[in-house]
Amino acid sequence: MNQSDFLKVVLPFKDKVYRLAKRLLVSSEEAEDATQELFFKLWKSKEKLEEYKNVEAFAMTMTKNYCYDRLKSKQASNLTLVHSNYKEKDTSLDKKVEYQDSVNQVHKLIEELPEQQKLIIQLRDIEQYDFDEICEMVNMKPTAVRVALSRARKSIREELIKQHNYGIS
Amino acid sequence: MELAKIEKLVVKYENAETTLREEQILRDYFVSDNVAPHLQEYQMMFVYFQKNQGETYNKTIQLKSKKAKKLNWKWLSVAASIALLVSVYFGKEHYEKKKVEAQFAQVQNALMLLSTNLKKGDKAFENLYVYENTVNKIFKNK
Repeated sequence: MNQSDFLKVVLPFKDKVYRLAKRLLVSSEEAEDATQELFFKLWKSKEKLEEYKNVEAFAMTMTKNYCYDRLKSKQASNLTLVHSNYKEKDTSLDKKVEYQDSVNQVHKLIEELPEQQKLIIQLRDIEQYDFDEICEMVNMKPTAVRVALSRARKSIREELIKQHNYGIS
Repeated sequence: MELAKIEKLVVKYENAETTLREEQILRDYFVSDNVAPHLQEYQMMFVYFQKNQGETYNKTIQLKSKKAKKLNWKWLSVAASIALLVSVYFGKEHYEKKKVEAQFAQVQNALMLLSTNLKKGDKAFENLYVYENTVNKIFKNK
């Protein structure tokens, strides 16, 4: 497998890798580094790559694992990437303005989900993988994936309703 | 798309039972402008998903330069450890040489001292011989 063959295989899903990394790592610089690192890793193991039926699913699994490792090492060094300051619900002006921006709102709600739900909602609702592929990527049973996805969707919607009512009152 | 059907799909969607095709139907409905007010939250979600899909990775993926960088580091560390080993080796050798020299000087001093003292003794003996000779001479002469 030479370089152009390799790129032909991996370039179609580079944006998906980047978006998943950004979803999990939060910062776009971290996500860019992770994407670069990941493709480099794939390139190094290019001989093995031909054995995999679904290179994309394999790459997504690698991305997931790599990001979790990054998060773990960040936490170990006390440099958490997770922003925890969104929860306070004071009614400062910029907060209200922020809430009007529905896109931001959904983004933050997803950010607050448990890691697993975050991962699955990213794979399903944004990247639109089918359930078999998601099961392969996250190494979970189909029912478990559905339960996590359902919980994620419900909690996002419930939070949105809560915030909506809050805005009115 | 009639509202009743969308409402049914939304329930299925929340239970994670929709297929990708059904989700596409929902997507099309919610991205359009005329969404029923009570389904507003779903619209926010689907609009967000839609927007997020547009995000791309625009940097070029580098496959080689980073490898070279890594290799350099590896060789650099190897070179550094070799330099360290060599310097330790020669430093040790130099130190030993110094130590031997110091020992040699000490031994030399000690031997010197011994020999001077021995010479003193020799002189005393010489005097004794001279004395004996004269005594002998005297006795012989008598």
